[in-house]
Amino acid sequence: MKERPSVGGRVLTILTFVFLYAPIIVLIVFSFNSSNSRTVWSGFTLDWYGELFEDSLIMSSLSTTFSVSIISALVATVAGTAAAIGFFNMKKRTRAPLLAINNIPMINADIITGVSMCLLFVAAFGFLGNFTGWLNRVFGFNLPTRFTQGFGTLLIAHITFNIPYVILSVMPKLQQMDRNLVDAAMDLGCSPLSAIWKVVIPDIMPGIINGAIIAFTMSIDDFVISFFTAGSNSQTLAMAIYTMTKKRVTPKINAISTLLFLTVLILLIVVNIRSSRQEKKLQESMKIKKSFVR
Amino acid sequence: MKAKAFAYPYIFWMALFVVAPILIIVVYAFTSSTGSLTLDNFTSMGGSYLTVFGRSFLLAFIATAICLLIGYPVAHALAKEKSRLQGMIVMIIMLPMWMNFLLRTYSWMSILENTGLLNRFFAAIGLFDLINAISGFINNTFGTHLSTDLEYFEMINTQGAVVLGMVYNYLPFMILPIYSVILKIDSSYLEAARDLGAPPRTVFRKVVFPLSLSGVLSGITMVFVPAVSTFVISDLLGGAKIMLLGNLIQMQFLGGTYNPHLGSAIALVMMIVVIICMTIMNKFGAEEEQAVMF
Repeated sequence: MKERPSVGGRVLTILTFVFLYAPIIVLIVFSFNSSNSRTVWSGFTLDWYGELFEDSLIMSSLSTTFSVSIISALVATVAGTAAAIGFFNMKKRTRAPLLAINNIPMINADIITGVSMCLLFVAAFGFLGNFTGWLNRVFGFNLPTRFTQGFGTLLIAHITFNIPYVILSVMPKLQQMDRNLVDAAMDLGCSPLSAIWKVVIPDIMPGIINGAIIAFTMSIDDFVISFFTAGSNSQTLAMAIYTMTKKRVTPKINAISTLLFLTVLILLIVVNIRSSRQEKKLQESMKIKKSFVR
Repeated sequence: MKAKAFAYPYIFWMALFVVAPILIIVVYAFTSSTGSLTLDNFTSMGGSYLTVFGRSFLLAFIATAICLLIGYPVAHALAKEKSRLQGMIVMIIMLPMWMNFLLRTYSWMSILENTGLLNRFFAAIGLFDLINAISGFINNTFGTHLSTDLEYFEMINTQGAVVLGMVYNYLPFMILPIYSVILKIDSSYLEAARDLGAPPRTVFRKVVFPLSLSGVLSGITMVFVPAVSTFVISDLLGGAKIMLLGNLIQMQFLGGTYNPHLGSAIALVMMIVVIICMTIMNKFGAEEEQAVMF
């Protein structure tokens, strides 16, 4: 697509971005408001940012959010990459139905994923409780018989909905890869495993990193699935915010969101500048190669 | 090569955490709380439940249509921007997702409330005075009884606010797939069409739009599914007044009316209706694409 966009298209685009960013700007502005009103401006303050770090509820839910997102993104990246390599080496007939099942958590409504996993955990814990109860009776163990949803179930749910995104992002890289590379490595004495480790993994790395970023983003942004699988003991930031919207959201939440938002913004800008520099280098080296070929 | 064994752990994981939960939903939907087989969960879904079904699908349909009407031209215009800007564009569309979606929706509350930012803005520019003056003038001239004490527009807790929330939250999911598909269209197709004498409108209708249809279809899915199943947006922007399917399901699992059997039945029906809609749409889409190929 090489044409220039029309004026009408540009205006609509700008209006759309205004629409997308207006509520965010409102949020950020009111994180500096000296009263706790969310519609009346009463003066500039940084107090909410100071008080933020003393609020144990926000801090603990923030740490839950980050631990679950980081752990689930890491696990999902490793598991998803392994699964993608596995799927890729299967016959199409076995692969197609498996990929269809893999797509279910992405296509299905979040609420159904959340609710169905909640039912699974309740059923599994009931079963487990009966089993440990039986063990206690027969062997005189002293195992717990009541299990509730918590960080563990939250983590399982996040890993489950993250893996498909990693596979989705790794699979195309595998398809683009030159299969002769693996054969060449094995001809030169690599075992299949070290061929994967030394040739395939470096080749599909951009896809893996991309998958990890998507998984982390999905995890951070998720509310619905966490809501149904976290139980009452652990709470993510999104869940804490949901509870607050029932009463009153403190500007401290605006402050923490502003901080998160700015962190991501800066990270993205840095990544963007670096990748555009790399692209330039790549283009230059391509030019050099071309001149050699000539 | 034994590389396919890499997928086995994940296949086991999928069986446990993707397939089993959905089977449990089916089992719950067809059983009563005593465990006996029954169809009561489905037959009890008449009357007010049907209204909720109808409203959910209608509002989600309207939101999807608006997203498409805005998203397509925006994606089309963005794809034509200079390639230097392309990386940044994706970033700008994705960035709002990093501000928790509950908060962004909550921020719309501050904007749309009766004493919210938008109504304050309208009052400040004298819009309400103007309308009241006009109504007063009409009353005096024609002897009608229009109200002349308008102080705010009622925007929050309406169906319109819920649709706005849906459009706001899911618009990026419409723009991104369409954008990435249009970006990949080979510009030589467009040149060929132009060389063969097609005016710009025909180029769009016969080349660009058909080739971007796969993006449109995945955009529609990515907007419609979360919109039809949301409970947060209706909760925050619709008040308690506008009940959607998501609210209905959520109430059966975590709300006051605890009945996971009925909740599973509603979830199952919703899932099946969505699958039917998507299948019909994809069939229609696939035919269109084939028609273009020949």
